[in-house]
Amino acid sequence: MTKKLQKILVIGSGPIVIGQAAEFDYAGTQACKSLREEGIETILVNSNPATIMTDTDVADRVYVEPLTVPVLDRIMEREKPDGLLPTLGGQTGLNLAMELHEAGVLEKHDVLLLGSRIDTIKNAEDRDLFRKMLAEIGEPVPPSSTVNNMEEAASAKSEIGLPLVIRPAYTLGGTGGGIATNEDEFEEIVKGGLAASPINQVLIEKSIVGWKELEYEVMRDSADNCITICNMENIDPMGVHTGDSIVVAPSQTLSDNDYQKLRSASLKIIRELGIEGGCNVQFALAPGEIVGETLTDKGTEGEGYYVIEVNPRVSRSSALASKATGYPIARVAAKIAVGRTLDEIPNAVTEKTVAAFEPALDYCVVKIPRWPFDKFPTGDRTLGTQMKATGEVMAIDRTFEAAFQKAVRSLEITNRSILWEDPNWITDDQPMLSTLPIGPNDERLWAVLSALRRNVSPEELSRRTGIDPWFLRAFERITNMENRLIHEHLDQNLMYEAKRLGFPDDRIAILTDRTTEETRRLRKSYGLKPVFKMVDTCAAEFEALTPYFYSTYEEENEAEPLPGPKSLVVGSGPIRIGQGIEFDYCSVHAAWALQEEGLGSIMVNSNPETVSTDFDTSDRLYFEPLDDESIRDILENEELEKNDGQADIPPTIVQFGGQTAINLSQTLDAAGLPILGSTASSIDTASDRHLFEEFLARVGIPNPPGSAVIDLEGALKVAQEIGYPVLVRPSYVLGGRAMEIVQNATELARYMTNAFEAGGGRNVLIDKYFEGREVEVDAVCDGETVLIPGIMEHVERAGVHSGDSMAIYPGLTLSEDEIKTVVDYTTRIGKALDVRGLMNIQYVIIGGSSYRSPRNNKAVTEDTQVYVIEVNPRSSRTIPFISKITGVPMVKLAVKAMLGKKLNDLGYEGGLWKKQDLVGVKAPVFSMAKLAGVDTFLGPEMKSTGEVMGLDKNFEAAATKALMASDLMLPENGAILLSISDEDKSDSVALIKGLHEAGYKFFATEGTAAVINGLEIPVVMVPKRLDDDGPNVVDIISNGTVDAVVNTVTGAREVMQDGFHIRRAAVDNRIPCFTSLDTARAAVESLCKGGANYNVLTIQEYLHPERES
Amino acid sequence: MSKTAYLVLEDGSTFRGIPFGSDSAAYGEVVFNTSMTGYQEMLTDPSYSGQIVVPTYPMIGNYGITKEDNESKEIQVSGFVVRQQCQEPSHRESSSTLADFLLTHDIPGISEIDTRAVTRRIRTHGVMMGALAIDISPEEALSQLENVPEYGNVNYVDQVSASKSYNWTQSLKNIPSKTPDIKILVSDFGLKYNILRILRSNGCTVEVFPSDTTAEELLEQNPDGIMLSPGPGDPELLGYTVKTVKDLLGRVPIMGICLGNQVLAQALGGKTYKLKFGHRGANHPVQDVSTGRVYITAQNHGYSIDPDSLPSEVEISHISMNDQTVEGIRHRSLPAMSIQYHSEASPGPKDNEYIFNRFLDMVREAKL
Repeated sequence: MTKKLQKILVIGSGPIVIGQAAEFDYAGTQACKSLREEGIETILVNSNPATIMTDTDVADRVYVEPLTVPVLDRIMEREKPDGLLPTLGGQTGLNLAMELHEAGVLEKHDVLLLGSRIDTIKNAEDRDLFRKMLAEIGEPVPPSSTVNNMEEAASAKSEIGLPLVIRPAYTLGGTGGGIATNEDEFEEIVKGGLAASPINQVLIEKSIVGWKELEYEVMRDSADNCITICNMENIDPMGVHTGDSIVVAPSQTLSDNDYQKLRSASLKIIRELGIEGGCNVQFALAPGEIVGETLTDKGTEGEGYYVIEVNPRVSRSSALASKATGYPIARVAAKIAVGRTLDEIPNAVTEKTVAAFEPALDYCVVKIPRWPFDKFPTGDRTLGTQMKATGEVMAIDRTFEAAFQKAVRSLEITNRSILWEDPNWITDDQPMLSTLPIGPNDERLWAVLSALRRNVSPEELSRRTGIDPWFLRAFERITNMENRLIHEHLDQNLMYEAKRLGFPDDRIAILTDRTTEETRRLRKSYGLKPVFKMVDTCAAEFEALTPYFYSTYEEENEAEPLPGPKSLVVGSGPIRIGQGIEFDYCSVHAAWALQEEGLGSIMVNSNPETVSTDFDTSDRLYFEPLDDESIRDILENEELEKNDGQADIPPTIVQFGGQTAINLSQTLDAAGLPILGSTASSIDTASDRHLFEEFLARVGIPNPPGSAVIDLEGALKVAQEIGYPVLVRPSYVLGGRAMEIVQNATELARYMTNAFEAGGGRNVLIDKYFEGREVEVDAVCDGETVLIPGIMEHVERAGVHSGDSMAIYPGLTLSEDEIKTVVDYTTRIGKALDVRGLMNIQYVIIGGSSYRSPRNNKAVTEDTQVYVIEVNPRSSRTIPFISKITGVPMVKLAVKAMLGKKLNDLGYEGGLWKKQDLVGVKAPVFSMAKLAGVDTFLGPEMKSTGEVMGLDKNFEAAATKALMASDLMLPENGAILLSISDEDKSDSVALIKGLHEAGYKFFATEGTAAVINGLEIPVVMVPKRLDDDGPNVVDIISNGTVDAVVNTVTGAREVMQDGFHIRRAAVDNRIPCFTSLDTARAAVESLCKGGANYNVLTIQEYLHPERES
Repeated sequence: MSKTAYLVLEDGSTFRGIPFGSDSAAYGEVVFNTSMTGYQEMLTDPSYSGQIVVPTYPMIGNYGITKEDNESKEIQVSGFVVRQQCQEPSHRESSSTLADFLLTHDIPGISEIDTRAVTRRIRTHGVMMGALAIDISPEEALSQLENVPEYGNVNYVDQVSASKSYNWTQSLKNIPSKTPDIKILVSDFGLKYNILRILRSNGCTVEVFPSDTTAEELLEQNPDGIMLSPGPGDPELLGYTVKTVKDLLGRVPIMGICLGNQVLAQALGGKTYKLKFGHRGANHPVQDVSTGRVYITAQNHGYSIDPDSLPSEVEISHISMNDQTVEGIRHRSLPAMSIQYHSEASPGPKDNEYIFNRFLDMVREAKL
């Protein structure tokens, strides 16, 4: 290396979206720590505030700024880094590195690209170059041919042979492609594909759907030392994105020959690419005999495998491999990137050996993706080449069956245990295999188990699904045990066998007709309890120091109770909509705060992507499902004896793991297990609708009127009393699921009918819907003092889920009185509920104008009322955001308060923390392009997967950056399609005028066009109906006529249907689409008012301008 | 109810499981192997003669038993101890199950054992003798164990070496053999077939000789090189082969693998010692001292060369990155080199075939 590396810029991966989740926070955080160990100054840039990596103590200088070329250019200008490390920031990092290279920015600042060279990235990312490179080193790729007409297609077909994959060139999301298994399909798909491609070109490739899919995680250093960390086998065969596949590590059906053949190929490829760091190689391997019977090409000729893809960077799979093996890939990759070699890097697990070794597993790891279809029941559930999962769970045990069952437990899908079967499935006779959803979809695992329960043979299922019989036979051993549990006496041996196969107590309870508690007692009376084994990278060959454990039913327990005072932090499980990375951020900080207070911190979590499941985050990590049984088993394993001989069970912290953790408070309390912080009873008061209303009445704080109802009649009556519109939701679901705003009795009747069908006769909550401004606060309380770090105001009026709203700190449009009231209510609620730790309260302010421009910043003197919408007695999604922009370490203070410290003694007064001289805007980020069939409009049900933060000295600049980072930035001028609901039309005038001033050209649907005409602004009217002649709304989006869309909705279903196509078209064409007028107005305001003059500063500089200047 | 069986260690610790394979008790030195694949190759590796092998990977037998993956003509281990044995394997080349394979060769196994606990015991207290208590009580097995000779006192090489010489003609699968241009004699201390396949594929005629063949007998064949094979047991029991190698030194290029490495070291004046729990697995990092490069190797040895015992004309060519033990030596002036690990893999990573090329280069150079 010619240049000494003293200062390195690390790129994060930005907001959480499908395909890019918390794994890159884990990777980036490890990388920064690792570089600092090397004495290197680290500069970090990421737009996502809900990350540990953007904590000011992870890197030397932290920029929470949009990940764009101009921003990076300015950072490089200021920081003059020696090198840029993009390979830990996912595809975002890699793409940005390419753009920086192409724009000449790297060259301009003389910044060295680390990890992967530009030609390496090109060779791995460009399909043609990739195929060429593989051909040169003799590695097989599926044969393919690029064709421009039917004649060429026919000759390609006869050369390669059916089945074939057809991919049109240059269409978005694979539109117009498909798999042809016969002549007719081939002709049809190729014709369609040629037409869909703007250059009339399609790629015809041999289909290897049905082959086994394998992945190898490989590392290479500058001395050309190469090792594989782990291999992984996808249970779902080729055809399903690996992120959507159930994956097992290590491979289970590969012989040593198979294993080594692919391992050798992986090493050859990483060497040829010249990667210095980690990389992931995906293979298709010829299937076994039974699956082979169903395929034209059984793979018995040639090498028996194909190379599918290489990721020249740390990936989701690397995070999984790290957690599956204990080998810290990102940490080592960062050191390699700065020139260290594998034999010089110490092994963090043994602390005696070096990083140049290959982990040996003595357990089995199963990953199951977590899909969002519980949130989006209307979405297309089919799994294919486009990843749809938002997160994943991992489980470890000594056998596949047990690990698989634990993974299913970890999914935390309401009412869906391993025994779940859809009541609509037809399972009573043989044709069921044609009706059960055993194809690639999110419910396949349950469908397959359902078929096995009805004596469909694993071999038959294997032929139908392409899943190797080995896995299906393991599933059959599970269903056979279910059958034994139903029919045999549950003696000690049967219980032992069931536990060894991974059956949780609650399933044994159902199958043997007992309560879960009785089953647990019986189990313990048989002397059956889990032991805990260590994940040590070396299969026990060497003594290891990793405090990383999993449970199993065997003889030797390796996890002796951690000595001294300690506490268990319950993590937040898989990333899903409504429970994102924010809760992992909180869990990690809770573990650190415990350590700071001299307590042992014990973490439990089931999500392999996270920082919390890094074994050096806490003093001890249990990788386990987050349910009652496993938490109690862990606590019992951690039991110490007091001086007086009494059992000393460590307390549990449930406030930081989102709804998952807080839900455990009641069962833990019932089992007599101590909870740290707010009591189970306080939590119950805040969570239970009835208790909460009583509580508010007692302390004299208003909330929107409403009631719980059990039938349509009751619902209509309540709605009549409180007046429409009303907010309706089933009482049993959380996080805004199935929540709707209903405008009239007809709508209410429709909702109630659906709700009762789905929920089986449970309560529905009906509240008055106030269309006011929404305000949110987080607070920390010690029982006496209530500290509010800041008030956040939502851009969108109430009715849009807080997780999907843009939030502004500080509340720029709030009057002194409104602020006073919010602070007063918050303080009173905190004290009266006796909150110890965190709480989050959402308020709605009604009266006055529905929209105040955050930019005016004028004193407001309208007559308004503040109502409490809800209180969450736990940490919230906004904790990382508010902690970062106010500098108040909320989680740390909360943990200290839970342990009995007083805020006053910690140097904090009660009330509202001093307002910072900055503006922070948090904007949601959606993954809608990846979820076909899902409607994108904003409503009471949360839909976003991640968030970004725009931080600056004024609103316009902060909003501009938030919009840039969330891909909602309007171009400076251009064309826009407006289709605005009647309710919103009068409010839209300012927006239209603003856009007009900016030079925008208007397209609009009929009614909206009339409004625009009325303002004497030119507009092109576009037909809304898709069957009308001429370019309709969808056409002008698809053909690029417009650059943005504003489409607002009301609850009315028909109108929603019309707008659905507009919104989907905008998403599929990746242009900004605003479904709330408020968001659109904020966007237009930031467009017009000098938004482009934003700062690029570190978070430290925004917070302490005086210190940093 | 399944039958119960026990693994009993010399120190009295017992582990409960379920028997499979042959229904008889077994005795031997208990060792663990951390490789996640390759159980068939392990079972048939003669270096495991006299040992009860415990794979640390818990699920064994998943891909069945194939007709092609034996490393010798039969199962060589005394007993096999696993956490879970797969009764329904899935692999297109599989022709039998693990249990049937053991049964056919009359070798007992025990499944459902907490193999990690066994491994930790051995790691902490060192390898020790043990028994598979099948059809007898653990106590009885333990008392029987007292009559079983210590592993280190038995010359297993005599038991596993070829009784007479033979030619080897099979090459590696999918790799056509080159026209042979050199002749390699393999001294069989308990060899694995893959060594022969690799030599054959690299243009050698290969002849295998019993371990007690003398130097003169070997030289009569006009070999271009001698390969000293791996094998079981304490290398210090092999005085006669050490003498053979001494007589060969300088007269013909020599390469040793594993036990062959230890024999060569002794012939060069070095000594060996017993490791606490040996190296057995497919993930062992070894540094090639001449290049500084690290290779992942397959290993299976319980003894090692004492580096301080080596004369100055011998250099250490390879060292273990795990514990810095000697993993290879070469003579500074004579054509003699050896490695402690298994460059032939099978099971294990195929990163080290370059060692064969290094040897064959040496042979070809000497031939000129």
